[in-house]
Parts: sequence; structure tokens; C-alpha cells
Amino acid sequence: MAGFLLRRLVNYAVLIAVATSLAYILAALALDPRSNYEGRSPRPPAAVIDAQLSLYNLNDHTPLIQRYLRWAGDVARGDLGRTWNGDRVDAELRRRLGVTARLILLGLVIGGVAGVLIGALAAVRQYGWFDRLSTVTAFLVLAIPTVVLANMLIIAAVWLNDHLGVQVFLVSGEETPGLEGGVGADVLDRVKHLALPTLSLAVGQIAVYSRYQRNMMLDVMDADFVRTAMAKGLRRRTALVKHALRTALIPAVTYFAFTFGSLLVGATITESVFGWHGMGEELVASIRSNDVNMVAAISCFAALAVLTASLASDVLQAVLDPRVRVG
Amino acid sequence: MTTGTATGTATGTAPVLEVRDLEVRFGDVPVVRGVGYTVEPGEVLGVVGESGAGKSVASLAVMGLLPRHAKVSGSVLLHGRELLGAPEKELAAVRGDTMSMIFQDPLSALTPVYRVGDQLAEAVRVHQRVSRERAAERAVELLDLVGIPNPRQRARAFPHEFSGGMRQRAMIAMAIANDPDVIICDEPTTALDVTIQAQVLEVLKSARRETGAAIVLITHDLGVVAGIADRVLVMYAGRGVEAGTVRDVYHRSRMPYTIGLLGSVPRLDAGRDVPLVPIDGSPPSAAALPPGCPFEPRCPMAIPACARAEPPLAEVAPGHSAACVRSGEIGEPRPVPPEDVPTAAAGAYPGVPPPRPREGRAVVLEVDGLVKHHPLTKGAVFRRRVGTVHAVDGVSFDIREGETLGLVGESGCGKTTALMEILELARPERGRVVVFGRDTAALTPHDRLAVRRHLQVVFQDPLASLDPRMTVHDIVGEPLVTHGYTDTGPRVRRLLRLVGLEPAHAARYPQDFSGGQRQRIAVARALALEPKLIVLDEPVSALDVSIQAGVINLLAGLADRLGLSYLFVAHDLAVVRHIAHRVAVMYLGRIAEIGGADQVYGAPMHPYTQALLSAVPIPDPDKERRRRRILLDGDLPSPADPPSGCRFRTRCPKFKVLTDAQRVRCVEEEPAVRPLEGDHGASCHYAEKLGVV
Repeated sequence: MAGFLLRRLVNYAVLIAVATSLAYILAALALDPRSNYEGRSPRPPAAVIDAQLSLYNLNDHTPLIQRYLRWAGDVARGDLGRTWNGDRVDAELRRRLGVTARLILLGLVIGGVAGVLIGALAAVRQYGWFDRLSTVTAFLVLAIPTVVLANMLIIAAVWLNDHLGVQVFLVSGEETPGLEGGVGADVLDRVKHLALPTLSLAVGQIAVYSRYQRNMMLDVMDADFVRTAMAKGLRRRTALVKHALRTALIPAVTYFAFTFGSLLVGATITESVFGWHGMGEELVASIRSNDVNMVAAISCFAALAVLTASLASDVLQAVLDPRVRVG
Repeated sequence: MTTGTATGTATGTAPVLEVRDLEVRFGDVPVVRGVGYTVEPGEVLGVVGESGAGKSVASLAVMGLLPRHAKVSGSVLLHGRELLGAPEKELAAVRGDTMSMIFQDPLSALTPVYRVGDQLAEAVRVHQRVSRERAAERAVELLDLVGIPNPRQRARAFPHEFSGGMRQRAMIAMAIANDPDVIICDEPTTALDVTIQAQVLEVLKSARRETGAAIVLITHDLGVVAGIADRVLVMYAGRGVEAGTVRDVYHRSRMPYTIGLLGSVPRLDAGRDVPLVPIDGSPPSAAALPPGCPFEPRCPMAIPACARAEPPLAEVAPGHSAACVRSGEIGEPRPVPPEDVPTAAAGAYPGVPPPRPREGRAVVLEVDGLVKHHPLTKGAVFRRRVGTVHAVDGVSFDIREGETLGLVGESGCGKTTALMEILELARPERGRVVVFGRDTAALTPHDRLAVRRHLQVVFQDPLASLDPRMTVHDIVGEPLVTHGYTDTGPRVRRLLRLVGLEPAHAARYPQDFSGGQRQRIAVARALALEPKLIVLDEPVSALDVSIQAGVINLLAGLADRLGLSYLFVAHDLAVVRHIAHRVAVMYLGRIAEIGGADQVYGAPMHPYTQALLSAVPIPDPDKERRRRRILLDGDLPSPADPPSGCRFRTRCPKFKVLTDAQRVRCVEEEPAVRPLEGDHGASCHYAEKLGVV
């Protein structure tokens, strides 16, 4: 197992290096940080602009290969470079990562767990009312774009707030700036902010997981080993949970790890709708602001996140399924 | 074996399990239509029938394990307590405790993600209030009881790390964990090789001794039932059609279906000259049963009364009942031995002049030292070889004109690989393949096409080997068109008639035919180019016995009439007995024994052949119970790492009784096939004759 993981790690390191390099080169060719300076008024002298750009390794008058090598050398030493106006990329990235992680973690966990439960229940009562209802709802949710869904939630929340006369849900940002009242009030404020984006993420995840889990469950429910479990004297419910669900859970869990990795950079729409300044939002913003180093850094991080997630899903798979635990 | 000849309720002891008028419907389709039986303590009841007879469904209904949409009615009494309609809690308390079940496919029947020991311990803890440690301890004891070596260590293994035989042992261990009163076994050995089947049946017998449980053994194998059952219930089209003691049913059969079934089973103790008696037609579909007796359309003894009403299962003699209006007649003057039943296929082989001596006939296929190794590789980016599977490791034989060579062996012995290597018609890895006197290594593509014309093949699964989108005419005519014939119509019609099909059916598609008919289409296709040699890969193993007999007879008859040579690959030794002139027994990629069928079956010399033959049950209760079984230890070693010297020595019963000095030779020197008597040869240093059939 250790050898297998090590080989995987080496493979992934190579993949990340390639992906990040390509992202950097693409960004460096396509984005134009010089225009950010030239657009200022009063327009700084060309020599100053050049000096600034060179300082941040963004000068398009330097050959690409030189810029790339300098950038790569810095990255290898752990320095992700500077944004176009001189901030440190890694500090900004860390802040953003925290925001996104806080945003998606709860939504994903709720979505995954609820999705699995709903899917399993739907499978057990196949073609029953619950199965039909969950199927229709899942497809409805899947058919609605995230941005619409999120805005519908906001409208509903505002309506609710108005009716109750209390601000139950807060629809924008991560916390109320300048709030006073100690830790308790702060936590409550954060929960109020978190509720809607979490719900919006969870609903989408539930829709995906419930369909997925339902099919996995249907596959194993009629399996001979479930019948064996019942033949030993287990009740149907116990046999289904202990033997069928446990086996059908393997793909869902590995898929969960994967979703987590990709959502770290991929929750852009949710972030923008609810005004959370997370990773996905930053990616869009950095492209708009011609921020080559930031784009490369986020790409690097995205590659890292996806591959780490895939490694985690491999490990989980091996832990959960003895059949793949070979050598 | 104390209550060996219990005859139903006649002995007066209270039955453990009593099933009455059991009916199961799936939607509108009646799958089980009034099955009843009783089992007494310690008794073995064999339930036999072909696929679709409803025997598995009936047993699942008894356990209450059918899917919810199945409608079950009737009565199932366990120790006098009604189980049908009982609440789930009550049923669960009975299942695995008083009544347990063993399923057919032991791979899918164990949960893949739990350790075998844990699954056994679970069975213990469901019904007994014992600690986790005690249950784990009990699991190890149970594994030991069913003969699994190193039980403590193996209990920690996962099901996929067990071989098929070991999994089935584990299933038996699970079934006896709570000392049940009834064990229902649903085809417990069908998925296993014959030597492993013998082991598992032995375990089952000892499980019965240990627990004193009654056993309901569901199987299609009449030989297995003959060896182990006290009483037999024969099922056809969802009903019991004959029931009685095993000797009554086998020797004094009163129902034409039973007689037909017994007559169509290939037997080890009957040679090539005793033709099988197939049953015409095929079993009816449960959705469209004929009006009267469901067997009437196939019955050689049917009279008009048979088509009017379905006869009930009525007592014809004490403890013996049959569902046939003519059972009285059949029983009356004298018991009708299978041979006397008049059927259309009786006398399958018309008079054929005795063949010339073997030496005088031309060799059509010569295989000399054939080797096929599969590399075992590791790694995705940098593939490297980590081992070799010795699939075929130096196999030599020849087939002469008009001769059938049966290539037999258990799964994994390399027989199919050898066949595929021959069919490649290319230079083998090592060794030589000579077809019709031409070395395949030297064939040009053009020559190869010419050789293929005379070398045809029939595969195991007739449905998979026939293109479902082609009509039968196109399928049979395709080889002709490929080889440049233009007017194929008359020839296809002639071929269809030759294999016993209606030429008018040529416009139909394969799915319109039954399994046996499909295999006949495949045979017709193989015959289209008038080949000299046909290679058959398990041609009848996918078919039910009553159908299989017809195809075997057809093949044997065609060989005699058209002077064909067959290379007949099969795992079923009894089938090969009926068709082969010569037999080659393979073990782990090598030939263990080769020779004339009568010699190999009559006086096998290799210890493996002896064990293999002794493990094949004979469908005759008297003979079967007198036979001595040579049980082999353990499983087939991995062909990636065969034992040194003689490959069979790790399981060889003879090796065990040799002196240390004699054993050295087995360990160090790989025996070659040496001729012992005429062309009968065995690859054993210490070969000796032994009658086992």
C-alpha cells in the first residue's frame, strides 16, 4: 500500500507541475498587467511601469521563458510571487481558501449524508411514493442552474425575514462587519450568514448523491449476500443497512472526496451570489485584473486540490473495499 | 445415516419441516404450483428437476426470502408452526437458527467487504447471546469443523481470498453455526469442480452428522442425489411429479419424465456404445403451460387423456407417489428400465461399419509439446514481468481420422487455452501444431484460410456465438459465402435437416429457438464446409440434461456418419464418456493421462484420473453408495507457481503413501507421459491401475 501511494504521489507531483506550468504560460501570454498601469491617470512613465512590472516578474518585455524560469524557481522555494499591485499571492490565497473551506464544508457534508440516506431509502422502496418524489425533486434541482437556485433561496429567505419581522437569514457576506456582543453573537451571526449558501450547495449535492446512491443501492439490494444475511436471521432492515448499504457506500464515499477537491475552486457562483470572497471568486477577479501570478497560483492550487482529493478517494476506496487492497 | 431409509410420514416420527400446496406467483406467472413434501429429522430429501422447474423458488419461499412482489400461498410448517405469513420478527428468529440455507454461488453469497470470520460470528451472535470474543472463537471452530486449514488465520481473510470450494465450506459453516434442524441447500455444488464437489458433499455429510439436521438438497444433478439423498422429489413445471425413496424413484420410476431424465443423463459407467435417450422438445415456459399434464407434449407415452387434465401427485405404492395417469401401467407388469421407453431418438446411431484400426488412419491433428505462458505484469507506466502463468506447459496428443478425443480437466487446467492455441493456426510459443499434415508455423495467410475450411469450431454458449441479427439461413450459410459458394439455399436446407432442425425455420432468428436448437444451429454452421475436424469447447455444458442428451447423440451420430474427427473439450467426464474414443486428462497445463476411453475410464493409472473419476457421481443409488471415493486435499495450486517435479504431488493420494526415498523422484523429476499399455499413457512415476467407476 505504501509503495502504491508513493508511486501515486510521484505521478501526481509531475501532473501538478505540468498543469501549473501550462496555466502560467497561458496566463502570461493572454493577460496584460501592463494595461492596469497604463490605464491609471495620470499615466505613469513607461520606465516606472517597466520597473514595477519587472519587480513583480510581470514585464511582458522580458522573454516568456525567463519569466517562467524565475516564477518556477520562486514557486519551488514556496514563494507564489506578487499580485499585479504588489500584494503577496500566498497570503491572499490563504485568506481566500479559509473562506471557501468554511463555505463548502458544511454544505458538502450535509449534502453527501442526506443524499446517501435519501438515495438508499428511495432504493429500498423502489417505485414507492418516496422514490418517485425524490426522483422528481432531484431532477428538478439538477435542471435548475445554481445561480437561479441560489437567488430563489435568497428571495424566499427575504420573504421569510419580512414575514417574521426578524432577520433569520442573512443573505450576503460571511459576517456582519463591526458586530459587537462577544463570541456567542458572533457565532450566531456567522451561522445566519452560512445557512443559505450551505443550503444552496447541499441541495445540489443531495440531488446528485441521491441519484447515485439509489442506483448503487439497487445494484446490491438483490445481491446474493444480502439474501445470505437474511438467511442467517438478520432482519431485512439490518441486512440492508449492514450488508447492502455498507457495500453500496464505497463509490459514494470516494466520490465525496473528489467533489470536495473540485469544489474548493469550483464554488464560484455560490460565492458570488452570496458575496463570499472565496477562491472561485478570486479566480474570476484575477483574470479580470490581468493578475498572471494569481491565476497561476490558483490553477496550481486547483490541481493540487483535485489530485489530493483523488488520492484521498483512492485511500478511502482501499480502506473500505478489501477487494482492491492488493500489494 | 441412521434413518437411511425413512419413508415419509410412514415411520411415524414427527416431520421437522412440512410443506403443503406451496404456490408462488410472480405477477400472473405461476412458478411453483402446489409443491408439498415432508422432511424428518436427520433425513436427506433430494429435490431434482431441470432449470425452470421452480425448485429454487420453492425453497426460497420456504425460507421466506422471496422478493416482496412474489405471491406465496400454501403452508410451510416448521416443527408444526406455520411460517407463511408469520411476521418478519418471527421468521428472522427461525432463519439461520432452526432452519438455515446454503446457496449456489458462494462468491456472491458472502458479503465482499467483511472478513469471513466476522460474517460467521455475526450468524452466531444473531441467535446466541454470546460475547464478541466467544463468537469469533466459535467462528474459528466452525471453520475448522468444515475442514478449512489454518482456521484462525483464514477467519481473518476476505471472501475473495477464498477459493470456490473454501467459500462453500464457509457457507456450510455459517449454516450449521446455530445447530439447525433443517438445512436447505440450493444447488450447493453446481458452481464447483467435481473433485471440490466431492469434498463439499463430504463436508455436508459430516455437517449433518454433527447437527443431526434434516437436509433438503436442491439440485439438477441426479448423481449427487443418488449418493446422498434418502428420499427424492422430482419437479417439473413448478410441481412435484414423482416422490419416493431414492431407490423407488431411480429403479422403479413411475413417471415418464423421471424415466426420461434418468435415461438422458450421461453416465460414467456406460460407454460410447450405449446411446443416451433424450426427451423430445423442451420444458414449457411457466407463463404458457399446456392444458393437461405439462409433460404431455414431450411424453413418449402420452394418450389423449393426458391432454385433458393435469394428474395429481398420487400414491402409487407405499411411500411412492407419481403424477401420471399411466403410472399404474408403468408400474404393473414389470418396472420399465429406461432403455425400453420408446422414443423417437432410440437407436441414435445407425449401423456404421467398424472403423479401421487406429494405426492405419491418417492423423488430422498433431500437437507436440505445446506451450502457452501468460506473462504476469505489474505497474501502469513501467510494466514489468513479475511472473508467468503456465497455462499450457508442454501438451502432446494426436487425433486420427474419424476419432473423437475428449480433453477433460477441471477449471484452470488449461484445456481451453490449448484449444485456442490450436485454433490460432499460428506458430505456438513453443512446440508444434500440425493440422492435416501441415505445420501451423509455416502457414501463409492463404494456406490458413484453406486449413480453416476443414477445421471448424463450436463454442459453449450457443446464444453468444450466434449473431442475433442474422437469420439462421445467413448464419449457417456464412461460411459457405466466405469460401466463395454462391447458391447456398439447398445446402443450408440440407444442413438444417442433418442436425434435426426444420429447414422451413431458416428464416427465423436465433432468439426464436431453444438452447438445444441453438446449439444445433451452431453445429450446422460448423458442418457447412464439410470439415474433417471440429473443435468443440464445452458444447453441451450450458444445456439441461434432457436437451444435452439430444445434442450429444447428434454429435456422436454425425461423427460416425460423416467420418468426422472431434477435439471435444469438456469438464464433465460423463459427457466425454459418451462421445470420446480417446481421452486426455489435463492437470495444471499438462496431460496427466491419455488413452482409449475404455482404458482410461475402466482402469485409470494416474492418481489424478482416479480421483477425478471417483468424484463423478453415478445416477444409481445402489452403485453410487458402493463406490469408494478418493478425496483430494485442498485446491488446485496456482498455475503461476506450479509445484516442482510432479505438479500433482501436493494433492496426490499416492504421494502420501510413498516412502521418502520414492517421494524424492516426485519432487525432483517432472514425469513425462510414458506409454504403459499400447497407446495408454500416464505421467506418473508410480502409475498403477485402479478401478474407480
